[in-house]
Amino acid sequence: MQIRQVGVALAAAGAMIAGLTACGGGGATTVLQKAKDEKKLVIGVKYDQPGLGLKKPDGTVEGFDVDVAKYIAGKLGVPESGIEFKEARSANRESFLKQGQVDMVIASYSITEARKPQVTFSGPYYLAHQDSLIRADDSSITSLDTLKGKKVCQVSGSNSWKNITEGTNKQNLKVEATLVPAGGYDECIAKLKSSAVDVVTTDDTILAGFAKREGASVKVAGAPFTDEKYGVGLKKGDLETCNEINKIIGEMWSDGTAAKLLDKHFAGTGLKMETAAPPAEGCA
Amino acid sequence: MSTNVLFDAPGPRARLRNNALTLLSVAVLLFIAYLVISTLGEKGQLDAAKWEPFLRGDTWTGFILPGLVGTLQAAVVAAVLAVIFGVLFGLGRLSDHRVIRMVCGGVVEFFRAIPLLILIFFVQAGPATLSGYTMSVPAFWAVVIGLTLYNGSVLAEIVRAGILAVPKGQSEAAYAIGLRKSQVMRLVLVPQATTAMMPAIVSQMVVLLKDTALGWIIAYEDLLNAGLKQFAVNYGNLIPSAIVLALIYVLINLALGALAHRLERRSRRSRTSAAGPVAAPPAVGAGGAGTGATATL
Amino acid sequence: MDTSALFDFSPLVQELDKILLGFWATIRLTLTSAVIALVLGTILVAMRVAPTPVLRWAGAAYVNVVRNTPLTLVLILCALGLSDTMQLTFSGDPTTNYFWWAVAGLSVYTATFVCEALRSGINTVSMGQAEAARAIGLTFTQTLRLVVLPQAFRSVISPLGSILIALAKNTTIVIVASYLDAAAQMKQMFDDYGGTIPIFLGFAFGYMVLTLPTGFLFGWLAKRLAVAR
Repeated sequence: MQIRQVGVALAAAGAMIAGLTACGGGGATTVLQKAKDEKKLVIGVKYDQPGLGLKKPDGTVEGFDVDVAKYIAGKLGVPESGIEFKEARSANRESFLKQGQVDMVIASYSITEARKPQVTFSGPYYLAHQDSLIRADDSSITSLDTLKGKKVCQVSGSNSWKNITEGTNKQNLKVEATLVPAGGYDECIAKLKSSAVDVVTTDDTILAGFAKREGASVKVAGAPFTDEKYGVGLKKGDLETCNEINKIIGEMWSDGTAAKLLDKHFAGTGLKMETAAPPAEGCA
Repeated sequence: MSTNVLFDAPGPRARLRNNALTLLSVAVLLFIAYLVISTLGEKGQLDAAKWEPFLRGDTWTGFILPGLVGTLQAAVVAAVLAVIFGVLFGLGRLSDHRVIRMVCGGVVEFFRAIPLLILIFFVQAGPATLSGYTMSVPAFWAVVIGLTLYNGSVLAEIVRAGILAVPKGQSEAAYAIGLRKSQVMRLVLVPQATTAMMPAIVSQMVVLLKDTALGWIIAYEDLLNAGLKQFAVNYGNLIPSAIVLALIYVLINLALGALAHRLERRSRRSRTSAAGPVAAPPAVGAGGAGTGATATL
Repeated sequence: MDTSALFDFSPLVQELDKILLGFWATIRLTLTSAVIALVLGTILVAMRVAPTPVLRWAGAAYVNVVRNTPLTLVLILCALGLSDTMQLTFSGDPTTNYFWWAVAGLSVYTATFVCEALRSGINTVSMGQAEAARAIGLTFTQTLRLVVLPQAFRSVISPLGSILIALAKNTTIVIVASYLDAAAQMKQMFDDYGGTIPIFLGFAFGYMVLTLPTGFLFGWLAKRLAVAR
């Protein structure tokens, strides 16, 4: 009797795990084809980054990434009503693309060598930099080396604090800062405002979004220490779509849309906005 | 031993002393309350603006109730799965086959000896890595599977203790009238054990419900995430929110605790079971009959 | 399937210093909180059996509220609420400050379980003991201190051991209180190397090295110090 029960348990566990992998996915071979045929796209964006991708209480999403997504979709022939936004978290972006749960990911997704074997990237559509967010009345932080001895917020799952303390930055400078662990950026901002930390670091675009939300109490320091090439993530090997999106990104910069969108989301935050399209990387 | 054995019925002097002690303790408690409230006030935590959001409907419909639903969903699914896991592995540990006994024992002791949080971390990150990032476990399932494995293992111990608590004469009598092992289990032992272990199972549900709060760490949208992250960020009122949320948890858990207490009283009086109520199992190796006080840790 | 996720134990060796530091944090948190929780729990149980109804009520209220609040919430309230928002700090150094707030949260929570264990221990001391103590003229405090509590402590060694083990496992939650222990180190390694089985097993083993011997030690103590009745 017990053997049978253990068997049932194992079978149930197996079914549960199989259920977890259940995924969508259409019949179209490329995203380009799907956009043309069905006039529909599923796009992964961030839900928790003001300025880039933030979910509002009424259920809509807004931000620079979201507007870029709408622009690209529009050029691919998909109306705004045909876009379904899904939350892409840093941890699930690769698996979402592989399983076809989303057609593309536009979610402050940096093009890195480590990710290239997993994902085909269009773009970059924007060149961001990791920077520091500080209290507005703090004049002691002006460059990377002035972070020495400061309390830096260490968000679990992020790497910007490592780039400071372990020297993986543009200046190859190891800065001895005190790390204060935190569960997320909102927690860091609360700590920053109450002086429990002096510095919150991540991409300047994300910081600018927070600075805008928080008003005059915090500002972006303007001391960038890395390059983050934001790309459009596609299923590995979808080169046709990749090349098409690269063309669209070029248009976005040449017709002034990019500058307009940047201004819409980041004006008045102290973000040093890029003014020209970053050099394209080519599809692979 | 009832506590009033510790002191005599007070005479005139003792009454005086007790009254003085009462006054003193009231004074000390009031002073502590004053300290807490004045500190809260000083730091602006009692400002109407920080508490007013709780009077608004959309606070409850937009954040707290959806969060509560998230918490209860995870708790209920995990509770059902944990009971199934507990019964399977609890019976498995009583199996006649040594291999099954040892495997079930090993699994149960392993999950009881490691912290629930590292289990949840692994359930969340492991399958993605093992499948080459083609599979991801949603936060809901990471919480539920973690809770199931841990609480299921505790329940397995409760089930085993419950069955062992049925007096030996019961199964001997059942065998004597010619029942097979599965029949003895199904018709004699399990029904009586169920009565004996119900209070411990319900107490374990309090643990399970409290542990859903670990969802905060892996961003599962439970009561804590909805109330302390999404909601509190909007109004900058983390402390008032924490107090209100704590009250919600306390009320739910007190209700569950009262249920466990009633079941325990019923099971003590019960004439349908020969087994007395069993306590929660002690930690691995700690041995001895627990007093049940650790049941909800 | 990536075989390194199955068999590659080298990250555990490479990061051994950080892992040991993580477990050292776990041990310090556990022992410090255990001592404070034991003291606090004893005070609470004295309140709960005191001849003064107000104290009994206050003790019961504290136990019922704190015990039924998730530890995660208690620690968040300590670190993000009292320390960050209200700026009540133990120290200007963030690591020291959050360590003590983590200990505070763990202690006030665990004390309620110590209190309940001791209370059920008091219930195991036979009535005649207290009656005899009173008969020879001992006061309430003397009865409790000299006769009842020593026996109660000895009869609850096993549950206290379970509480200590649960405390050691609960220290993982200090990750929400801006303090890093072994579990946080495992999370970091999952981010760096992926969620591999060897890393998980390594940390699970580390915790078992802490919890299993503690369990056997307390089981042995409980047998050795059992009150003969």
